[in-house]
Amino acid sequence: MTKQLMKGNIALCEGAIAAGCKAYFGYPITPQNEVPAHMSRRMVELGRVFLQAESELAAINMVLGACAAGVRAMTSSSSPGISLKQEGISYIAGMELPAVIVNVQRGGPGLGNIAGSQSDYFQSVKGGGHGDYRLIVLAPYSTQEMYDFAFQAFALAEKYRNPVLILSDGVIGQMMEPLEIAPSQISATVEKNWILDGCKNRPPRLLRSLFMGDGDLEKHNLKLQKKYNTISENEVRCETYHLDDADTVLVAHGIAARVAKAAMRSSRATGKKVGLIRPITLWPFPSRAIADAATPGRRLLVVEMNHGQMVEDVRLAVNGKCPVEFYGRAGGGVVNEEELSSYL
Amino acid sequence: MKKIYGRPESLKSTPHLYCPGCGHGIIHRIVAECIDELGIREKTIAIAPVGCAVFAYDYFNFDVTEAPHGRPPAVATGIKRVLPDRIVFTYQGDGDLAAIGTAETIHAANRGENITVIFVNNANYGMTGGQMAPTTLIGQKTTTSPFGRDPKREGYPFKVCEFLSALEGVAYLERVAVSNPKNIIHAKKAIKKAFNNQIEGKGFSLVEVLSQCPVDWGMPVAEAINWVNTTFMQTFPLGVYKDK
Repeated sequence: MTKQLMKGNIALCEGAIAAGCKAYFGYPITPQNEVPAHMSRRMVELGRVFLQAESELAAINMVLGACAAGVRAMTSSSSPGISLKQEGISYIAGMELPAVIVNVQRGGPGLGNIAGSQSDYFQSVKGGGHGDYRLIVLAPYSTQEMYDFAFQAFALAEKYRNPVLILSDGVIGQMMEPLEIAPSQISATVEKNWILDGCKNRPPRLLRSLFMGDGDLEKHNLKLQKKYNTISENEVRCETYHLDDADTVLVAHGIAARVAKAAMRSSRATGKKVGLIRPITLWPFPSRAIADAATPGRRLLVVEMNHGQMVEDVRLAVNGKCPVEFYGRAGGGVVNEEELSSYL
Repeated sequence: MKKIYGRPESLKSTPHLYCPGCGHGIIHRIVAECIDELGIREKTIAIAPVGCAVFAYDYFNFDVTEAPHGRPPAVATGIKRVLPDRIVFTYQGDGDLAAIGTAETIHAANRGENITVIFVNNANYGMTGGQMAPTTLIGQKTTTSPFGRDPKREGYPFKVCEFLSALEGVAYLERVAVSNPKNIIHAKKAIKKAFNNQIEGKGFSLVEVLSQCPVDWGMPVAEAINWVNTTFMQTFPLGVYKDK
């Protein structure tokens, strides 16, 4: 196993390439520009498809087409560009296509700025586009996880025929860290008996999200909900630290969890009993782990780089069993270890 | 007895839900005939638009995907780039191709994507009940231009073939009509050429078909056909706009 120093955005590309991503469609926007730049060279070298689209709308629809044709395909962007992709994401969810979408978040609303942010939590886990659908949302907090989650996202998407969103941010995308690339097997592609590749020796197939027949859309919605329930039962991921003795439990994801972890360690060094829950899947959300941790006499402190989004899901999980507090900064403000420690 | 005419294999027997006198049925049929005659049915993937022809997937007897409104050229790009040996075509109306999807159309054309585009121009948004389209004629009344299209207020009819002819990536552009047997026979030739270009790898080919929409135009069928042959063609002259 070798260690390499790598930027988060590049690690993401390499993870996707290792997973057998056959087509990448993108559009420039900071702070994710390393992704299309790296893919434009690597994908072409590997004889795979790279295309810089004319817009985010076009890029997500090119991904829709490539996934419909049965190959592993990805697009990436940052917050304003992800807003533009929401139309396509809704169709992809409705058509049940296994697309991988990456959001290297920046501040908002509007054009915001180019600094890292976690302001797109609501958009990522509550729908984003129109209609009643869910994305599987993975929140990496290191260069290593940018690689690993990109590698895992394609198989996860195919397993459930559901789009997967990797929700990163400008800090994780831009920072360099050592990365260990373990020799890994590409997960076997599940049988795709729905792809459009020409109806040779089989009846014609159709991919759609339009269900006009009486009761057809309701049936389709119920089918989707059943799938979402299965995903919720099987795919929740989170990490917990010191829940045995903590009287303050931090809850944070992504880059905020890196800071929270550091603050937890320095606080514990001064004798404070601090723990941490780090949701890794933001949807499905680790509600059970959080509910179990919400014991009387303890407080939960949610830390985010926004003004309070995930905290709403934490409160739903806690359901009044203990106090839930919030600490956050947005607009390019990065929560740091010292300020968080002094708050504890 | 020798069979000389029948339903093309590329067309299902599903009854069409298109309005009486609508041109879509004719256009579907000649597209299906071309695909049969070229022997490409089993390697064809179509992209249906949002609009009247969204139901094309119920009528064509080969693989079809839906696309968001205006995005078929981008979806076609995604399919064709990963399956370059398949035949990929979009079937789009004027609202889909020339209003909301203008950017996707222009850039797929400019990249010279090796796809075929069947562009059905009926001068209004048919599916939603006859609103003004980018191709609505000057003076034409629609549900959203009740006083007639006034260029001072709504601008001019968007001429797709003329516009795209300036782009280097484009291989073939022709405007045809399906308003009489002669025009239909010619339209079929143009559509066949557009598919043949793709088979030969020549690049982006688009056939614009002027189509009658009697119900939303508020005309009897014969009058609608006459309107295509006279008024519609004055603004949108038939002919080859590019043949590289």
